[in-house]
Amino acid sequence: MTAIPSRAQMRVSIYWLIVLMIAGTAPVRAAGSETAFKASYAAAEAAEREAGRLRNQWTVTEAALADAKKAADKGDFDQAIASAKEAEALARASIFQAISEKDAWKQLEIR
Amino acid sequence: MDFCFARSRIHLALAVLAALALCALHPASAADKPDPVADAKAFRNYFVNKFPNVKLEDFVNGPYALNEDMRRQWEQKEQFPPYEFSLEMGKELFAKPFKNGRHYADCFPNQGIGIRQDFPYFDTREGRVVTLELALNRCREANGEPPLSYVDDEMAALTAYMAFTSRGKPFAIKVPDDPRALEAYQNGKRYFYARRGQLNFSCATCHVQNPGERMRAEVLAPALGILNAMPIYRSEWGGMGTISRRLTTCNSQIRGVPLDPQDEEYRDLEYYLSYVSNGLSISGPGARP
Repeated sequence: MTAIPSRAQMRVSIYWLIVLMIAGTAPVRAAGSETAFKASYAAAEAAEREAGRLRNQWTVTEAALADAKKAADKGDFDQAIASAKEAEALARASIFQAISEKDAWKQLEIR
Repeated sequence: MDFCFARSRIHLALAVLAALALCALHPASAADKPDPVADAKAFRNYFVNKFPNVKLEDFVNGPYALNEDMRRQWEQKEQFPPYEFSLEMGKELFAKPFKNGRHYADCFPNQGIGIRQDFPYFDTREGRVVTLELALNRCREANGEPPLSYVDDEMAALTAYMAFTSRGKPFAIKVPDDPRALEAYQNGKRYFYARRGQLNFSCATCHVQNPGERMRAEVLAPALGILNAMPIYRSEWGGMGTISRRLTTCNSQIRGVPLDPQDEEYRDLEYYLSYVSNGLSISGPGARP
């Protein structure tokens, strides 16, 4: 016969369960964020390299990349991911500008 | 019979298509071929029409040609010009022999005196544009000296001295009949008009569309004659600045990452901008707020 646990014993078990769940998931969450940061940063860097190939990088993209790295070094991966995504968006805008200006510059030309 | 008729109709249709294609292509290729003479004429007309009260030869004085208050301040400043120390330094540097006993003068025609108006030029042997700043560093390297920074005081001082000895001489930039020279000229023109940086500005946004207008505290200079006054002393910099310094700073100000000084784009840009100011006198070194 198994003894039925008392309410107090049940409460302790539930607390332990919660503590174990938090302890178990915390490192996983941090590792997940770092992985996500690395992916975001790599995408931003690749876009910025392409802007460089087109000779059209922006200072704000470089600043956002530096911010992303700084935040990641502090372990603030949410901020690091946000900055990396901003850097990627800026780099993509500079690529769009470089490509569209290949012809658009003629509209400004004095004739 | 029917077959032959159909074939000849096809041939006729193909011939008409080919003729139409040729007609369509011909004006486009003619329009795309750089025409520096026509460009310079249109460039000059644009500014003369935009500022009918400014004398043509006065465009080399930048914002001072457009704003009466600034002009009065500048005329007073010119009695004791802020670039005087740099000019003295340039004269000394220019005369100082290299370790091998040779001088800058040995690298240039006419011993380097009164030749600023001929730079930049297209070197047909090398197939690229050579600016005065580049020529000075080449002279150093050919004589076993390390190159100077393109954005620092010594280069500014040397070019200031060489400009000073050329004052009053009109820009005489040549685009030789060489497809590579025309390509360099066209690259410079493209760079001048293409928007860049997060602010989405081109050189023309400020110096063609808005000369005479204020950008914060500054009055924007017209592009016509803008390089005739180089190098310039800028109160904002607290010193003299080369053309390289001016171009890289412009790019940073519109939130673009500057290229390296004397990269091909900058040399080509200088080539284009100098060419379209042909006939206007060298007024450098200059001073700007």
